[in-house]
This record gives sequence, C-alpha cells and structure tokens, in this order.
Amino acid sequence: MAVLVVAAHDGKTVRSNVANAVTAASQMDPDVHVLVAGNNAGEAAKSAAAIQGVTKVLDAEDAAYANWVAEDVAPLVVKLAPGYSHVVMAADSVGKNLAPRVAALLDVAQVSEAIKVVSPDTFVRPIYAGNAMATVQTADKIKVVTIRPTNFKAAAGGGSAPVEQIGGTGAGGLASYVGAELSKSERPELTSAKIVVSGGRGLASGENFKMLEALADKLGAGLGASRAAVDAGYVPNDYQVGQTGKVVAPDLYIAIGISGAIQHLAGMKDSKTIVAINKDEEAPIFQVADYGIVGDLFQIVPELTAAVEKK
Amino acid sequence: MKVLVAVKRVIDYNVKIRVKADNTGVETANVKMSMNPFDEIAVEEAIRMREKGLATEVIVFSAGPAQCQETIRTALAMGADRGVLVQSDAELQPLAVAKLMKAVVDKEQPGLVIVGKQAIDDDSNQTGQMLAALLGWSQGTFANKLNVVDGSAEVKREVDGGLENIKIKLPAVITTDLRLNEPRYASLPNIMKAKKKPIEMLTADALGVDIAPRLKVLKVEEPPKRKSGIKVKTVAELVDKLRNEAGVI
Repeated sequence: MAVLVVAAHDGKTVRSNVANAVTAASQMDPDVHVLVAGNNAGEAAKSAAAIQGVTKVLDAEDAAYANWVAEDVAPLVVKLAPGYSHVVMAADSVGKNLAPRVAALLDVAQVSEAIKVVSPDTFVRPIYAGNAMATVQTADKIKVVTIRPTNFKAAAGGGSAPVEQIGGTGAGGLASYVGAELSKSERPELTSAKIVVSGGRGLASGENFKMLEALADKLGAGLGASRAAVDAGYVPNDYQVGQTGKVVAPDLYIAIGISGAIQHLAGMKDSKTIVAINKDEEAPIFQVADYGIVGDLFQIVPELTAAVEKK
Repeated sequence: MKVLVAVKRVIDYNVKIRVKADNTGVETANVKMSMNPFDEIAVEEAIRMREKGLATEVIVFSAGPAQCQETIRTALAMGADRGVLVQSDAELQPLAVAKLMKAVVDKEQPGLVIVGKQAIDDDSNQTGQMLAALLGWSQGTFANKLNVVDGSAEVKREVDGGLENIKIKLPAVITTDLRLNEPRYASLPNIMKAKKKPIEMLTADALGVDIAPRLKVLKVEEPPKRKSGIKVKTVAELVDKLRNEAGVI
C-alpha cells in the first residue's frame, strides 16, 4: 500500500523538508502520495508534484485548511489514512502539532522523529536528547511516523506527478488562527542552511548578535542560538537549536559563546564540521568541535569576519 | 474551573545517561529522578491561574511506578491542590498515557488540561495532542503565552518561523513551551504542607484502559561518537583548516 506524506506549505510551495520526507517515505514503500491541504494551494500542489519519487499529489481545498489548524486538518488525514500503510510528516512545528492528533484518532502509536528507516515497520529514533538511539517496531496497521529531515537526503526536483483534486472536511469550529509574528530574515532558513552561525550566553546581549549577523551574512549562513540566549531575550524563540528547538546538520556549524549543554548538542552534533569559539577551554562544546579556538569571542569573531571571503 | 496538569518522573536533566550493556534500555537504577522540566512549567501556569481566580482547583496527574508520588508531591509543594496517580510498573507509551488521562478527565471534568510539550526521556512530543484528539477538544501546543477569557483561550505558540496566535474553545489541552513562565521553587513550609495533601491511587484496570505498548523497542544503543577535534591558535589557522582541510568555506 502507498505512503501518504502530509506536506506543510505556504500556499505557493511546499516546505523544503517535504523533499526529505518523500525520501524517507519511499524507503517505506515506493508508491508515495503527497497531501497538500490548503485554501487556493494549487501552486503548492504543483511544487509537490515536481518532487521526484512522488507518484500522486492530492490537493484538498477548503477554507478551513488555510492556516494549518490541526483540529481541522486532522479529520481529513484520518479520512484518507485507511487507504495507506503509512502517514509521514516532517518533524517540524506543523508535523509535531498534527501527527499525534491523527495517530490518536486512528488509535495507533506514533513514531516520533525517525532518523532511519530499517524496514517498513522498524525505525531508529533518538531518545534522551540523542544520547541513546532506540530501534522501534510498530505492529499498527497504519503507521504514523514523523521524520527528522536532516537525516534524509532531499529528493530531487524535475518530477511530474499527477495532481488530483479532492474535497475538504470543513471547519470544526474548535480553533481559529488569529495571526503570526514571524521573524523576518533574508538569511537562509536555519534547518536547511549549509552554514549556521550560532550564539550563546557568551554574547552577553542581543545587541552583540549584530556581530554574528555580519559573519553570517559574509558566509551566507543561517543564524541560530542556544536556549540560554533565547531565554535571555537576545534573539527570538525560532533561533533555538537543541533538543526541544530545531535540529540542524549543516556542512559547517560555528558555535560562538556556547558552552555546549547536552540539550544544545542534541540539535547540532550531526553537523559535518563544527567550530567552537569559547573563552572557557573546559567548555563541553570543545568535545564535539572539529576545530576549537579558546579566547575572547569579541576579538575573534570580527577577525574571522574580516578573514573569510564574501559568498 | 478545575485545571488538570500532568507530571512525568524522568531522569534529571543534568544526569549523563548510560545505555545498558545488554541494549535493552537506559540505566535508571540509582539515578537521580526529577519532574520533567516542561511539566514544571505546566504546574506553574495552572497555579498562577488559580492565584488569579481563573481556576478553582489544580489537580496533578501522573502515571507510573509508586515513586511518582514524589513527583506529584513536588507539584503539590509548588501549590497544586491534590494528586491522582495511576500506578503501573509496566512501560507506558504516550497513547496509553493519553487514554489514562482521558479516563481521569472524564471523571474530574476539568475545564483545561496543561501538559509539558515533551518529556526529556523519550522526546516523543505526543501525549497532549493525543489527549486532545481522544477528548475531541482543541489543542494549544508549544504555548509561549496563555490567556483564558470567556470560555476560550488565546494561545501564542512557538512555531518554526516565530510565533503564532490562535484562539481555541474551552475545554482544551495546552502543551507548554520553555518561555511560558519560570516555575517557582517550593518553600519549606509549602513542602511540609504538601505532605498532607491527598493523592488518589488508581490503576489502569480499574479505569478500564488498555495500556499494552504498541511500539516494541528492539534495542537501545549508544549514538555514534564524534572524533575529537583539535584546538587552533589563530583565526588564520582556523580559516586555513576550514578552507583546505574541511573544504566547507
């Protein structure tokens, strides 16, 4: 039976992590359908159809789906699910909100943040902030799985799957979307950036993050932070990298003024190359760093910014 | 309105966990256990609601072995009113916990349930959403701010791009994110008082809930270790390594 990937989107395109979810899904079954639920989401459905490996796109149009209200989207997924062996979503804030609601309505377990598909019913997932890896097997008829996008290569574009229009399930009236306060940034999105520059409590103020912005802009990097920096109000919550924030795995991760609590390491230790800049040579971040510099970040960061070439 | 909060007994967040040699799980014997940090935030939020007159009673739910009474006592010492423990020595997975909570909700009829968004042991991030689904209630997940007004709740949620505002009908399930509040410490007099507060003991059987695990854990292993790196002395050396050795800039 086919796999149903539920795609988050902005009305124009599906999120980039849908291509990662398609890769994971195709390891469960080669027949991969993508559900794009939205209000005038035809363009997003087309973008899903272009992902290689997708065999069909379902475009469900309903005013109730405009803003991803889980209470309204879940009944649609539940209605479609009996035709599928798996329901797959990326483990982002949309998937984490929606998938467990779907699983409970189907009376099945959910596998959260799978990082490997061992077989169609067996998955590896991190537990204890990634300090242990559990291999779990599910006997449920419909398997609800969220996948960690950084652990699956994005499927290529250039595909041309057929798009089928399906009806919606209407609004349940339980919840409504009021608005959003989104961080505006020209920089690459944190979870898909090739390079991430991240700051911690060592920055000492939000003002000092400007120094990191200058470095990030020169490298074409995304900007992240530790929980300590977010809690201190230096940067908004969506910058947080870690166990309960975002998980990133860029080619290069530069940790600046971050001590490296296990909860932070959980969000970045799969990065290809890690650089740590910290004044405390005993800081745990150095245990995972490929290259470390012990010293004053206020001196080192401007020097580094001057030394790298503009991308 | 009653508010029900759930607390989970987990390995303390400061403990470096060890995988058991036989790969069946993680070593929990003689390890410091504490309340899941996200649940402390849930307890705090409920107590603040009662202090503002928005809640009449704060009931603390837990499920697990007898020692979970200590975790409930911690919440009672923070200021919650009474506890309910579904005692079980079996492995409890999120769907089973959601079903147990539903049984208690059916009995207690709270107007709001607040739980942590995830437990720091299994990192599932499921129970709150599952409970809302089973009850047919609305859900305000990853709450950064909660405002209860006239039979509904305005919830500011932490999402990928920043913050999102939703309005949901009560009764509802809220799951807490880190910035919702800063939990208080229990004072010594309140710790003493908490010893006298009642904890009701229940079982899954008595509630008629099937708690059999749906996911079979085949093995638990150590993650692959990163090779230890080197320290460089100068920025010039760092740039050279990144360019010519790692090839990432």
